[in-house]
Amino acid sequence: MAVKVSLKVNGKSVSAEVEERTLLVTVIREHLRLTGTHVGCDTAQCGACTVSMNGKAVKSCSMLAMQAEGADVMTIEGVAKPDGTLHPMQAAFKEHHGLQCGFCTPGMVMNAIDFAKSHPNPSESEIREALEGNLCRCTGYHNIVKAIGAGAKAMAAGK
Amino acid sequence: MHAFKYHRPSSVNDAAALAKGEAKLLAGGQTLVQTMKLRLASPSDIIDLGTIKDLAGIKSDGKTVTIGAMTRHADVAHSADVKKAIPALAALAGMIGDRQVRAMGTCGGSIANNDPAADYPAAAMALNATITTNKGKYEAEKFFKGMFTTALGAGEIITSISFQVPKRAAYTKFKNPASRFAIVGVFVADFGGSVRVAVTGAGPSVFRQADMEKALSAKFAPESVANIKVKQDGLNSDMHASAEYRAHLVTVMAKRAVEAALK
Repeated sequence: MAVKVSLKVNGKSVSAEVEERTLLVTVIREHLRLTGTHVGCDTAQCGACTVSMNGKAVKSCSMLAMQAEGADVMTIEGVAKPDGTLHPMQAAFKEHHGLQCGFCTPGMVMNAIDFAKSHPNPSESEIREALEGNLCRCTGYHNIVKAIGAGAKAMAAGK
Repeated sequence: MHAFKYHRPSSVNDAAALAKGEAKLLAGGQTLVQTMKLRLASPSDIIDLGTIKDLAGIKSDGKTVTIGAMTRHADVAHSADVKKAIPALAALAGMIGDRQVRAMGTCGGSIANNDPAADYPAAAMALNATITTNKGKYEAEKFFKGMFTTALGAGEIITSISFQVPKRAAYTKFKNPASRFAIVGVFVADFGGSVRVAVTGAGPSVFRQADMEKALSAKFAPESVANIKVKQDGLNSDMHASAEYRAHLVTVMAKRAVEAALK
């Protein structure tokens, strides 16, 4: 049976007619056509589907769209400024080459932004621990860790 | 995922009335949603507890720490009250899954699911927790019945879990590097001469290790458990670890937990 789900995505109020079993990631990708959020493993391990919900990084393939009713969701598309200026964390990923194929990157950035809010100057081990829920199959972790460290500092400095 | 009917009750009573037959309660969904995607579960109805007021929250009164069933792991891990009263419990919550999972997963969901490798059951058992439902109260000892099995009846919903505050405690986990589930996790809690040792991951369900409890109650020191050999009979054996290996790990983890509790 179709039901209606209403939420805020990247600051805009949206609603969609969905099946009750529809996942949040499906609403984001297929109903709203925001395809920056990726589905990697589809089993809650890889973190490519990470979005921010009410300010916290969550895996959008691991929750029903109905669980996000009324929530404030941000996807990778909502992170940069409207004029295209990259978010400090995105800029740090670019600067430090924190990506290879780029498939995991949106999830990495969304998790990193949430993490950096409470860790303005994280150590390498704190960053690696925070990345437990994000997999990079290119194994490009070294530069991802560097990027997150720099991005966190830039965020704290308000750049 | 098979189709189901979705409900969003506003009270525990309404939720309980809906929880009949093949219906399932949805807490954080970090296990259930994936299980449904794999079609290992195909409930007729999903009853979302996410919008019921008063099911989330943390209270601490010096003797007990009471955690509302819908409190997220991240909120327990970061709670100043929990860190002060039972630091080992906050640390345990911060070791569950990964940070995205901890933002959604709940204490009540973990306790109700009773995964053999889950972390919270070890804390509940070692900290002599009381599990409160809409129908009554259970001691942890009488609540965890076996693999994915608890004393919960039909229409019964956990509302909160009260953990007793120990003199000192620690939880150590030898985790599966991919899933972060416990291959073996040991929670040691010293209530001042009376020590409880709970083991998760090793067997079909969380259990207490009586010989270690006795030795530690006599003397709370790592060497009290260092030479205790745990029998491998009945322990889990799978692609990750044999029963023999798990049995060995129980002693190693218990020793490390005592060391950590003494720090």
